[in-house]
Amino acid sequence: MDYTWDFGSVFMYREALYTGLVGTLRIFVICLISGLSLGLAVGLARYSVRRALRWPAAAFIEFFRNTPVLVQIFWFYFAFPILAPFDIAPLTAAALGITLNSAAFSAEIFRGGIQSIDPGQWEAGRAIGMRHRDIMRRIVLPQAIRRMLPALTNRGIEIFKMTTLASAIAYAELLHQARLIASINYNPIEAYTVVALAFFAILYPIVRATYALERRMARGD
Amino acid sequence: MYQWDFTVVIQNSGLLWQGLLGTLSITGTALTFGLPLGLILALSRLSPRRWLAWPAGFVIEFFRTTPPLVQLFWFFFALPILIDIRMTPYLAAAITFSIQSSAFFAEVFRAGIVSVERGQWEAARAIGMQRPQAMRRIILPQAVKRMIPAFTERAIELMKTTTLVATVSYGDLLYEANELAQKTFRPIEVFTVTALIYFVFIFGVSLCVQAVERRLAVSGDSTVR
Amino acid sequence: MSDEPILRIRGLAKSFGDNRVLRGMDLDVKQGDCIAILGASGSGKSTFLRCLNFMEIPTGGEVTHAGKTIGTARPGKPRLYPESELTRVRQKVGMVFQQFNLFPHMTVLGNVTEGLRIVQRMDRAAADTRARAELDRVGLAEKADEYPSRLSGGQKQRVAIARALALAPDLMLFDEPTSALDPELVGEVLTVIRGLAEEGRTMLLVTHEVGFAYHVANRVIFMADGLIQEEGPPELVLKSPQNPRTQAFLARHKQFEF
Repeated sequence: MDYTWDFGSVFMYREALYTGLVGTLRIFVICLISGLSLGLAVGLARYSVRRALRWPAAAFIEFFRNTPVLVQIFWFYFAFPILAPFDIAPLTAAALGITLNSAAFSAEIFRGGIQSIDPGQWEAGRAIGMRHRDIMRRIVLPQAIRRMLPALTNRGIEIFKMTTLASAIAYAELLHQARLIASINYNPIEAYTVVALAFFAILYPIVRATYALERRMARGD
Repeated sequence: MYQWDFTVVIQNSGLLWQGLLGTLSITGTALTFGLPLGLILALSRLSPRRWLAWPAGFVIEFFRTTPPLVQLFWFFFALPILIDIRMTPYLAAAITFSIQSSAFFAEVFRAGIVSVERGQWEAARAIGMQRPQAMRRIILPQAVKRMIPAFTERAIELMKTTTLVATVSYGDLLYEANELAQKTFRPIEVFTVTALIYFVFIFGVSLCVQAVERRLAVSGDSTVR
Repeated sequence: MSDEPILRIRGLAKSFGDNRVLRGMDLDVKQGDCIAILGASGSGKSTFLRCLNFMEIPTGGEVTHAGKTIGTARPGKPRLYPESELTRVRQKVGMVFQQFNLFPHMTVLGNVTEGLRIVQRMDRAAADTRARAELDRVGLAEKADEYPSRLSGGQKQRVAIARALALAPDLMLFDEPTSALDPELVGEVLTVIRGLAEEGRTMLLVTHEVGFAYHVANRVIFMADGLIQEEGPPELVLKSPQNPRTQAFLARHKQFEF
């Protein structure tokens, strides 16, 4: 192993990496917000008393949990524009795929969280004359979300990792930019090592925080 | 209104079939190496010896927290420069997904091992067993049974993740689909059918897992996630 | 004061699948009544209470509250109980649970004001004043800003009582309010309930505290197999029961003293 590492060659293109980081963060924030909100809506529908809501929600969850995200992204990028009367940018296609996938996974988290709340809480709400909707909003969800926090953070970390898939359809995020730098400079080792370390540096503190959160919850609410 | 036409897909179903075999082959390889490696990592991480526990912990955490596509690119483009090997898409995918899934499997093993009651360790020690013996004869057999659902879930995740190999031109289902779509100019049909193939395959496995899980629940064994 | 009972119950029935838990209960609850319901576990006494504020939806019979029969009759089917009507009735029929069921993510004050603010749309200041008065009544005014996890079981149950009282119900239901408490904490809760009875509040109380029932209730009901077996003033039902099943039940609860 007499390879001479040269991180200077990557550092030279730090602006390209910065563009990539911004691209990564942009798609991450879009998918985090839309994925979790859609997931909450689907999770509530899955738990609804109305069968007309429950059934489509279940189908949505099963379909998007059981197909690979990259297939969905490809579908939205290559196939969808033919059906829809407008062009689809890489960002849109990738965000759609990741959002729908994350919605399906977080819907199950929300459903599990809601079901974990003691039925006595529902009864107490009903006993003071609250309506189903108000009990959900004021009593059950606030407690459930606290309990779901570790699982939701994990989902967020998964979403962040998934953003790299956008590089497959040439969206300028971190990995795509690294590939660019590597092809210009022929320094793939440094370029990909830097990106791997960047992801680790960003996500590992959050992972640690999740562990701490889980430990705190295990000790008692 | 778009005219759907699935004939090209049917005519070229051999190509997709070949892709599915590619997907299964890389999934199988990753499982074959990932599972034992995962067990080794888990045992090392639980070891009282720091020089074993720390590196194992680092490998597990690093491969769990970095995106698999970055890992794949690193092994495919960077590794052959560091060491003198002829890197093929298959080899890169096999290395990446074996290590990546082993990191996740290690956590499943660890959770299963930790979930066995302390009393079992104590009982094993009380009849004169040493730690490795107790692990092999008493703890692991109980732990593995509880871990089955988590394992299968992880294996399903692995299968979905293998789609990434398409980006380094390994002929898996997604890659062949992409080729077919470009050749026939029928991306909607091709990608829709591809998504459905994945769905049917993975959902089928999920249903089996759920059935196993229910049977374990009936037999009174708790499972870990 | 009219003769109209606060609650008139006729033929009330509840089945869970094939299991007929209530087989036709008749009862009039008048203003100022304090009715203790006794019975072995599985006799249907809790289900009966929970049907009165529709925690359980009855599968037969009628409940008439303040002259109005609740729900809509449907030919050949059980009555239909729309949520809007039930929320209105539940504000007038307060309930205290065996397991307290306080909202753990809200302070004591938040627990008591929740119904006032969300259900009755009272503004915050008025709700706070009202809630503090109720907390004062159960002797917990100084705990208003604590979270439930910091309270003892007895204190939790007193907060639950204040939460129900805040809505000014005309009837209170107590479902084994002291069964989940450590023995040394039972007294403080019973004292509060006794105080409410002495104020002349109307209440139904499912309990195992036979001695308390004797001293506080003006009527006692003994239930078995989903039916009222014996009913009357406590002196009669508890001291010289006529029904052999009441006698057997009381013989097993001999530890109480009058």
